[in-house]
Amino acid sequence: MKKDPDAILNSPEFKALVARQWAVSAVLSIIMLGAYFGFILVLAFNKAVLGTMLTEGLSLGIPVGLFVILLAWGLTGIYVFWANDKFDSAVNAIRQSLRRD
Amino acid sequence: MDQFTTTIGQPNLTSILFFFVFITVTMFITYYAAKRTKTTADFYAAGGGISGFQNGLALAGDYMSAASFLGIAGLVSLKGYDGLIYSIGFLVGWPIIMFLIAEPLRNLGKYTFADVVAYRLSQKPIRIAASVGSLMTVCFYLIAQMVGSGSLIHMVFGLQYEIAIVFVGAVMICYVLFGGMLATTWVQIIKAVLLLGGATVLVLMVLYRFDMNPVHLFAAAQAKYGDKVLAPGQLVSNPWDAMSLGLALMFGTAGLPHILMRFYTVPDAKAARKSVFVATGFIAFFYILTFIIGFGAMTLVGQDVISGMDKGGNMAALLLAEVTGGTMFLGFIAAVAFATILAVVSGLTLAGATTLSHDLYVNVFRGGRAAEQEEVRVAKIATLCLGVVAVALGLAFKGQNVAFMVGLAFAIAASANFPALVLSIMWRRFSTLGAVFSIVTGTTLAVVLIVISPTVWVDILKNPTAIFPLKNPALISMTGAFFAGWLGSVIKRDERAESLYAEQKVRNYLGVSVE
Repeated sequence: MKKDPDAILNSPEFKALVARQWAVSAVLSIIMLGAYFGFILVLAFNKAVLGTMLTEGLSLGIPVGLFVILLAWGLTGIYVFWANDKFDSAVNAIRQSLRRD
Repeated sequence: MDQFTTTIGQPNLTSILFFFVFITVTMFITYYAAKRTKTTADFYAAGGGISGFQNGLALAGDYMSAASFLGIAGLVSLKGYDGLIYSIGFLVGWPIIMFLIAEPLRNLGKYTFADVVAYRLSQKPIRIAASVGSLMTVCFYLIAQMVGSGSLIHMVFGLQYEIAIVFVGAVMICYVLFGGMLATTWVQIIKAVLLLGGATVLVLMVLYRFDMNPVHLFAAAQAKYGDKVLAPGQLVSNPWDAMSLGLALMFGTAGLPHILMRFYTVPDAKAARKSVFVATGFIAFFYILTFIIGFGAMTLVGQDVISGMDKGGNMAALLLAEVTGGTMFLGFIAAVAFATILAVVSGLTLAGATTLSHDLYVNVFRGGRAAEQEEVRVAKIATLCLGVVAVALGLAFKGQNVAFMVGLAFAIAASANFPALVLSIMWRRFSTLGAVFSIVTGTTLAVVLIVISPTVWVDILKNPTAIFPLKNPALISMTGAFFAGWLGSVIKRDERAESLYAEQKVRNYLGVSVE
């Protein structure tokens, strides 16, 4: 298969693939960064909030921390689910069309 | 709860037995792996034959060190909630690896992340610079692990520090030298299963005493030590400090050579993604377990007993194992901690040896042309040398406070490795000079700033005040590395690299070469 990389780069299919991959990666990264640094900033500026007791033996900080941990896992799960299905089929479609040319 | 006398420090029959079984099994695996390790692809990447799930477990194994198991459980037992903040920092880098690094790393590289940075830039300068970043990350991490392992084995088994270090070094060299990535991967997998299994049993035994309800456990801790154990304490007080440490942990994870090279052990991108998902899940689960173990130790063992044995609290998990399951269970958990040390240092040594042989020897000294067998031989010599260096460093730093070196390793990874990797993938104009500038600036700033920071300047060198205010330098060193990368690329453009960008980008997304 011999093809000019610039031509592929400028093809609408490839551009759409890149744009979608970027959108998914960027949104998920921003959610993660926002959640983690948000958590850190609350700790730095108003840590008393996280020490609020919800019930005996449970402060607000514990479910919040657990949420950040589960969010990190959940976001990687969303990415894998999207990439192994949608992204890979788009990649395969472009590869197929390159082979045909 | 009565004060109890611990048997920690005395030879423990169960422990020796479990450990003997572990060594025997892993040595058998190494023997079989050695027969299947012939080519460079076998030695560096287990021939790409590891499944996504297996690699996920091995990644988790590489990341869950004895320091994080014993150290974080200890931190929680003495400081309560603050320990959780610390573990969260170590987890959040994983999604970033997945979203920004996994795909290009897999599609553009062969064995190391320097393959990706050097893809369209001039090989020699990039390989040299990237090797420096890589080797420094590996060495600082290795020193911290070796010194930690020597003291741990001394404390738990009563074995002399020097003997412990030499023993760890010898076993680790055997795994890597003969079994390469295949043996190292299986050692990691076995260790990860043992560690996760052991920690789970420990948590169940603790929760059994609290109606299987963690909130009842926290309530008992609160009743004993007050509300403060459930609230954030002194760990995060200066926002700049917190941001800087956060950056180091988040982006440093995405720049650790021994983690990045694992992406080449699986057959395709699908499996690589799956392995990050599996690893993140297990690591998340592990940190939740250590949090409960910490509170279990605080409540059932007591803070005075824990800090009486070791000021940093490193014995908390082991003491808890003894209180809940007797000497036999203590023996098992101690053997698991020992296995953990062996596995982590093996992974680091393999990553360092790969950098020495693949990046430095083959691509710098031999201009990319070396016979397969020659490269494998060099990789093995590098393993042996690095193993000996690790033992020597472990002996040299005996009794030193080396805890800061893990933070330094993450700071270098975030400043030297991560910016160059990201810029080479995403920015067409990124030039050879820019990459060298970025890596050199990142490494230098990280090392110099940590020396004049409160972590070393005040805590270790005992000066009254620090010259640089932040405990971790990543905020400055990482930004500096990005800036230097931009500056170098503007000063000296690289026409050839720019013309190759289209090809690189197509391959980055499609995973195939089009020409």
